[in-house]
This record gives sequence, structure tokens and C-alpha cells, in this order.
Amino acid sequence: MMKSCLVVDDSKVIRKVARRILEEMQFEIEEAVDGQDAWQQCQKKVPDVVLLDWNMPVMNGLDFLRTLRGASLDRQPVVVFCTTENDMSHIRAAIEAGANEYIMKPFDREIIEAKFAQVGLI
Amino acid sequence: MTALTPQDFDLLSNLLKTRSGLVLGTEKTYLLESRLTPIARRRGLAGLPELVAQLRMRPSEELLVEITEAMTTNESFFFRDTVPFEVLKTHVLPQLKVARAATRRLRIWCAAASTGQEPYSIAMILNEQAAQWAGWNIEIIGTDLCKAALSKAQAGLYSQFEVQRGLPIQLLMKYFAKVGDQWQVSADIRNMVKYRTFNLLESMAGLGQFDIIFCRNVLIYFDAPTKAQVLDNLRRQMPADGSLFLGAAETVLGLTKALKPVREQRGLYIPVDSPMALAAAG
Ligand SMILES: C[S@@+](CC[C@H](N)C(=O)[O-])C[C@H]1O[C@@H](n2cnc3c(N)ncnc32)[C@H](O)[C@@H]1O
Repeated sequence: MMKSCLVVDDSKVIRKVARRILEEMQFEIEEAVDGQDAWQQCQKKVPDVVLLDWNMPVMNGLDFLRTLRGASLDRQPVVVFCTTENDMSHIRAAIEAGANEYIMKPFDREIIEAKFAQVGLI
Repeated sequence: MTALTPQDFDLLSNLLKTRSGLVLGTEKTYLLESRLTPIARRRGLAGLPELVAQLRMRPSEELLVEITEAMTTNESFFFRDTVPFEVLKTHVLPQLKVARAATRRLRIWCAAASTGQEPYSIAMILNEQAAQWAGWNIEIIGTDLCKAALSKAQAGLYSQFEVQRGLPIQLLMKYFAKVGDQWQVSADIRNMVKYRTFNLLESMAGLGQFDIIFCRNVLIYFDAPTKAQVLDNLRRQMPADGSLFLGAAETVLGLTKALKPVREQRGLYIPVDSPMALAAAG
């Protein structure tokens, strides 16, 4: 069965690039434009993995992650941050909040594959 | 600009074959041109044919070294291919821990260390198990033909791209610090690895014996007789219960009878007379 990935990013361009890469990797893609949109979608259907931007309007990635990890859902998705924030304090905050992996933008297919392999998704 | 003649190509490919073992087919002429033309330019020459003309006269050792190093491929990743490092962690190290309990000494050799990702991956694995190895004398030696690669290894500085291929984020957090827009592996890990230049075509006798040898993704560049020679020499640098790791596209099969693959442990090869082999076969 195909695994599902929720791509959360306020940039349409990034969502498109991520979708293309992940579809090639045989993932089924949903998109969300900010943390709140993502949270609403997760309450309806929990994806296998969330690819999560940090800086977004309405609800940022970290707040979404905290809400998600604090919720009692049927299951918890794998969360891979994917952001331009590339300093140690952001990485620590993300991992402490329950992220499983962390991608620093810019990314390419090789990095996504390496990180998804890291968390056992491929 | 003139093109390389077949004679020019032969001169260069013979030079590389002799000095580093690198075998180049004529389809790789573009690679010679792209890697060596900058060397010609730096010397004020019009292009590669002019550099070859110099080689025909009295080439300096320095020029020969520069050409040989420029033709090496130094690509490497942390925990490359994952599995060999799992095998090291779950299979090879536990066995050696018992087998070397009396001497408490372990010698590990990365024979094509390149820019250091492989020896540092091993160093991180050992450091993660530091409590188990307390009181042990563990040496990790990284060698390579290419001095430029080794100085990068020594500095331990990697790009954002390089630290995202194969390195788990927990290990990045634990063992790296951000320096400008690069990432530097910690002094503790750097100090676990000693680097020196070494050409795999030379006699290995002076290096001593190693319990574990990583010789990954370098034999692929050699022809069969050179691969066989290097493998036989590597076998002599390890005791009967030593372990050799090769790259995913490399094997001992058809090249030497001194080593054999270990079933279910991809990338791991052991001496044919290994006591570990008996244990593995059950
Ligand atoms: C592709 S890298 C492999 C790095 C690492 N072992 C890995 O698997 O990621 C190959 C390395 O072999 C080195 N090399 C090539 N010929 C060699 C020789 N004759 N002796 C020692 N090193 C050599 C190159 O300089 C290069 O750094």
C-alpha cells in the first residue's frame, strides 16, 4: 500500500517541488498551507508522514507539532521538519517537540530519500 | 584549442594506472579534460594537449602528483549504505569485544578515507558505546592517496548538503557544531582518527595489523589484477578473525581465494580460515 505524506508549506512552489519528489518515491500526497490547515487535516486522517515547514502564517510548524504530539489520535505520524532554519537551537527545539528528523532547505531528492530512510519510511 | 590525440590519452591513462590504479576508458576523455585543463591553465598553458607535451619532456614529481590527485573521485557520505555500519555495530564489534578482551586493543583502518565521513561514522558508533569500551586502546587510521581530501577530513568541516546525506539528526546535534555556513565534527570525534597519506598500490607491511579494514568504493576504479593484488595485501594486514568491508559494488569473488563474503552480512568479507566464519555458519 502507498504511504501518505502531508506536505505543509505556505509556499506553493515548495509544495510543488516536494510533491514531485515524493510522488516519484511512491508517496500519496496531501497538501496544507499552514499549521492550522495541517492540524485540521490530521484530525480527519492521520498521514504516515508530515513534511513540515517552520515559518508559516496562522500557525507555524512548531506550534502545529506541539498540538499534534499533545493530541490523542489513533496513531502519531512521523514528522520531518523541512525548513530554512538551520541553526542548532531550532533543530533542538524541533526534536524536543517530537520531530523525528530535520531537513535544512534547500533540499533535493537525495536528501529527502536519506532522511526518510533514516526514520524507516523507505 | 586542439583535442587530445589517442597517444595523449594513452600517456595519461598509463600514468594514472601506474600511480593510482585508476583505469580509464576512452569514453572518459571528457573527465580528463574537465579535471586536468584547470591544471594546465594554472601553469599558463593553453590546454590539456600542451600539458601532455610537458609530461613527455621532464615532468616534475609535483605535477605528476597533482594530476593523479585531480583524477580521484572523493565522494563520500556519513554511514554510506547504512547496512555495513549496522553490521559493524551488531556483529563485528561485539565479536571483537570478546575476542580481544585480553589485550583490550582494537585497530581499525579506513584505507580510502577520502574526506573523512567513513572514519568519523565509525568513531561516532564507538563513542555511542563509550561505556563498553572504557579502558580500551582503540585506533582508527584513515588513509588516502589524495592529500586535499585528507586535509578536509582533518578539518572535519562539511557542507549542509553533506551532513544531510546519511547522518541522523541526533548525531548531528550531538557531535557537530555550526561554523559559519558549515558544520564541524567535534574535536572528541576528530581526535579519535589519525590520518596519513597512503597509496593502496604500495606495500602495506609498515602499517601493521588491523582488526577491521574498511576499503570501500575504491576497488571499483581498478582493473581485476590490481583489485586481486590489493585484496591479497589487505588480507595480510589482518589476523584470521579480522573483518574487511567493501563497497556495495565490490566483491572478492573471482579475485582472491583468501577472503570470502559472510552470508547475510552485506559488505562484510573475512579470511577463508576465519574462526568467525565457523561461528557465522553455525
Ligand atoms: C569514492 S572515495 C570512497 C570514500 C569512502 N571510502 C566511501 O566509501 O564513501 C574513493 C577514494 O579512494 C582514493 N583512492 C583512489 N585510488 C587510491 C589509491 N591507489 N590509494 C589510496 N587511495 C586511493 C581516492 O582519493 C578517493 O578519496
